[in-house]
Amino acid sequence: MKERLEALRAEALQELQGVTGPQELSDLRVKYLGKKGALTEILRGMGALSAEERPVIGEVANSVRGAIEAVIEEKNAAFRRAETEERLRSETIDVTLPGSPLPAGAVHPLNKVAQEIEDIFIGMGYTIAEGPEVETDYYNFEALNLPKNHPARDMQDSFYITDEILMRTQTSPVQIRSMKAMSGKSPLKIICPGKVYRRDDDDATHSFQFNQVEGLVVGKGIRMSDLKGTLLQFVQEMFGKQARIRLRPSFFPFTEPSAEVDMTCSQCGGKGCRMCKGTGWLEILGCGMVHPKVLQAGGYDPEEVTGFAFGMGIERIALLKYGIDDIRHFYTNDLRFLSQFARM
Amino acid sequence: MKISTSWLADYISLEGLTPEEIAEKMTSGGIEIDAVESMNKGVTGVVVGYIKEKTKHPDADKLNVCKVDVGTGEDLQIVCGAANVDAGQHVPVATIGAKLPGDFAIKRAKLRGVESQGMICSARELGLNDKLLPKEQQEGILVLPKLPLGKPISEVLHLDTHVLELDLTPNRSDALSYIGVAYEIGALMGRPIKLPEGAVFDTAEQTSDHLSVRIEARDECPHYSARYIKHVTVAPSPLWLQNRLMAAGIRPINNIVDVTNYVMLEYGQPLHAFDADKVAQGEIIVRLAHEGEELETLDGQPRKLQPHMLVIADGEKAIALAGVMGGANSEVSADTVNIILESAKFDGSVVRRTSRQLGLRSEASLRFEKEVDPARVIPALDRAASLIAGLGNGLVTEGIAQELVHSVQPAVIEVSLDRIASYLGMELSKLEVQTIFGRLGFDSEVSAQGVIKVQVPTRRGDITRDVDLIEEVARLYGYDNIPTTPIIGETTPGALTVPQAVRRELRRRLSDAGLHEVISYSFTAPARAGLFPELSHGVVPIRLAMPMSEERSVLRTSLLPQLLETAAYNRNRKNHDLALFEIGTVFHTDEQQLTRLPQEKHRFALLLTGQRRVAAWNRKAEKVDFYDAKGVLETMFATLGLSESVSYEAAAPGDLHPGRTAAIKLSGERGEEIIGYVGQLHPELQQGSDLEDVYVAELDLGALYDVVDRSIAYRVLPRYPASDRDIAVTVDAGVPAAALSAVVREAAGELLESVKVFDVYTGEKLGEGRKSVALALVYRHPERTLTDDEVTAAHASAVSALEQSFSAELRK
Repeated sequence: MKERLEALRAEALQELQGVTGPQELSDLRVKYLGKKGALTEILRGMGALSAEERPVIGEVANSVRGAIEAVIEEKNAAFRRAETEERLRSETIDVTLPGSPLPAGAVHPLNKVAQEIEDIFIGMGYTIAEGPEVETDYYNFEALNLPKNHPARDMQDSFYITDEILMRTQTSPVQIRSMKAMSGKSPLKIICPGKVYRRDDDDATHSFQFNQVEGLVVGKGIRMSDLKGTLLQFVQEMFGKQARIRLRPSFFPFTEPSAEVDMTCSQCGGKGCRMCKGTGWLEILGCGMVHPKVLQAGGYDPEEVTGFAFGMGIERIALLKYGIDDIRHFYTNDLRFLSQFARM
Repeated sequence: MKISTSWLADYISLEGLTPEEIAEKMTSGGIEIDAVESMNKGVTGVVVGYIKEKTKHPDADKLNVCKVDVGTGEDLQIVCGAANVDAGQHVPVATIGAKLPGDFAIKRAKLRGVESQGMICSARELGLNDKLLPKEQQEGILVLPKLPLGKPISEVLHLDTHVLELDLTPNRSDALSYIGVAYEIGALMGRPIKLPEGAVFDTAEQTSDHLSVRIEARDECPHYSARYIKHVTVAPSPLWLQNRLMAAGIRPINNIVDVTNYVMLEYGQPLHAFDADKVAQGEIIVRLAHEGEELETLDGQPRKLQPHMLVIADGEKAIALAGVMGGANSEVSADTVNIILESAKFDGSVVRRTSRQLGLRSEASLRFEKEVDPARVIPALDRAASLIAGLGNGLVTEGIAQELVHSVQPAVIEVSLDRIASYLGMELSKLEVQTIFGRLGFDSEVSAQGVIKVQVPTRRGDITRDVDLIEEVARLYGYDNIPTTPIIGETTPGALTVPQAVRRELRRRLSDAGLHEVISYSFTAPARAGLFPELSHGVVPIRLAMPMSEERSVLRTSLLPQLLETAAYNRNRKNHDLALFEIGTVFHTDEQQLTRLPQEKHRFALLLTGQRRVAAWNRKAEKVDFYDAKGVLETMFATLGLSESVSYEAAAPGDLHPGRTAAIKLSGERGEEIIGYVGQLHPELQQGSDLEDVYVAELDLGALYDVVDRSIAYRVLPRYPASDRDIAVTVDAGVPAAALSAVVREAAGELLESVKVFDVYTGEKLGEGRKSVALALVYRHPERTLTDDEVTAAHASAVSALEQSFSAELRK
């Protein structure tokens, strides 16, 4: 019997070697280890063995079963592995094909820049004040120390609707309205972003409609040095820590002293390039100490409080920041232009 | 204002300063120099020559062969093609080896077989701006007066100078003159000023015998003065005078007019010369124009005058528009023998108004408008009279005919050292401040309390109060030297208001979702303002008084018309797939003529057209439809916490598809109101625009600001399972899905957690005018698991409610 078992082992292992597929393997398992299989067949003869022989033969039988099962298991695993490999191979895709993107739109670049400016000043304790785009002559000019027939009105030819009502030419009227709303209380710290309108023929650098942000601080002991400090902080947050500013004396009817502010060229860092026309500086805003007459128009006593104000064109900042060559792009809204701003 | 450095050196020493250094100093002092230009654009070796002989070129009709003497003792033969060349002329000659602008070297040459030993030059070839020259000299060669032969042309034409172009701010009209600029440079550099020498006229003849002056318009003219000059010879000015005027951009006319212009540039005081024999009885009256009065000005234009305009008149007629332009009837001409020279101060705003109204601006009006220095009226008059006399022309009579309504004294302004320190944020010493005032030519005294009394000369009329003085101190001390400080004092919190936060949130949400924001012009065409009438119901478009074009002549009353324009613009550039929005202001009034400010409304507008998703290798393109537009709005309202407050109802406003448009209704404390529309663009309008199907929406953002819900309130997550049931019913095609959901919600009671439409189907099987709607219902109890019986009961009442309300048939 032992010999028969050993012969079975040899035969089975021999046959298993040549197995080519899972089905064949399954058939062989039935053939050798199944209920009616060869091993069972042999073991039927166990009953005829002596008590001494039985455990010996039982051991041999288990060893034969174990050996066959191990080979079957090994073969099975190999077949599964091959099958998996085959499936994975068949599932292979071209990973270089483009992915399916999430939709991407964009905030208009002018608003993107305006929001950035707003956030810088909000961080410095400013609130955002707004006012009407259609204004009275009083708020747009007279309260800002620009009486009728003042030569400085030439600086900004305006779109009038009636003799007394016009499209605002600056966001400064919001300053007057905001000061009045304070009823003499201070400090007041606001920025006023918004659209303004000036009679100008449109070209690459001019637009009859454009956006400004103006800032105003009124309080006890506000100094011109504070204005410089504020603007330096703004410019460095907006354009980077390396940015420097320089102030040049200028004239605005609503400030005294007044200054134009240049920033080190964002392109060349001050070495001089085409963008800054070789000067190393770019003009970016106008500013000054609030004129006493303007403080008065806003309901303040110029002996009690002082203030500073500044203003810049958002288009100008956006042109500089993004290197845009034509201001008209902002208003023609070509999708190929707008979609360039769909990123940080 | 253009300033030539060689002329400027008459009034202040410029030693050791390059033109660029002067420009930089002035710019950092507050007067911007736009350009520094050398008058010599690269001319060397060009000299004065005399054309002795001119003969026709043997082989060329248009060429002449000239024999030219350039003072070397040897005549040159030069071929010249200019039409105006002639024997007897003095001309600029570029000799062999000379250079002209553009690095153009003159060489020996043969022209059509004739040797030419140089070139006779035109003004343009010398790099001069020739627009102020007579026409024949613009087209031909430059003709010079008699001059020493061989003299370098750069000396003759004063080319060795630079011209500074000043960009003056309106307050610095004091720098509209050479003397004014000299004062400024003097202050910046600490150098003294040299004024022209005072004039002495020594004649027995009295001015009063020839001339009287009377001011009637005493508010408009505080001072009028005039001199009488006899026996003048009107002739071209000497070359130096012509050159100086041309460098300033002023055309030379004759020695009288040129002197008035010259002194205007020198002093900033405009002057005018009348032909004295054309002024009736030598009587000058300064008065306002009569109703209906007319005057032909020097430019040959007849002008209708108005009673607010100031004129100079004799006893019979107006002879000049005061401060703006002289009259043709008293013009100095070649025959003029005696002249009246005027120097006056006219009120700036009167001159400005007149010049505006007549559209007539002159060098004179430009200066008067900005107020001339009253202290220079007489010095300028005397200076001009002496120059005219000095040029060998005429005799200045004794005395000035004048009337002075009131004289102007220098202002005395006080400013304290403390005020300067607290205003600028830096301490300056008494000495520093007084030194600055000294450089400016302002006298000052300091009191023991540190108060400085400053006497401001009348030439600086822009300085009227302490802060103006502080600016002078700051700019001369240098803005760069002001320190940089943080604001000291009470801090303030920075924040966005609710409307600001709403607009930002919408921008963020929509751009994240793939929409692009646009910004349009606020001005539009009247026809466009009339589109979508329901969006601006009862509104009168506001018209600009003087629009730049009809296309941009009225203020927009809604956003959509321009959004359509933007879509068409993009379509023409092959951008077909558009998802655009705009947040902006529209202008509403019911007044035909504005007497108060219009209402400015914040609006939101949306436009979708083309593909929802662009086709790619792995997916098909899908066209946008109504529900994409509505979905954008729903997303918006959800973002603002307003999903429950907004509903949609079929509507048919103008210019939108009547079957594919909904009114957007907001329910709030004031009840329900329509805040806008969403729908498909009316096919007729769409056809005109060459666009594919367009879906749009516009709504009032302002209506949302008050009701926005920014409080996120956490809801406990459900702990018990839900029970899902579907219903499919067929109903009349006209029954709105929203009505079905509403009835279900009502009938199923509190156990119903949600109801959603998940399928809508129409087809022949259902019969004409019927549709099938499938609803997915979710039942849940917050505190326990629902029993099957409970759900079945609730569901049964939902089904029966549908059957009863809409004759719905349950589909099995």
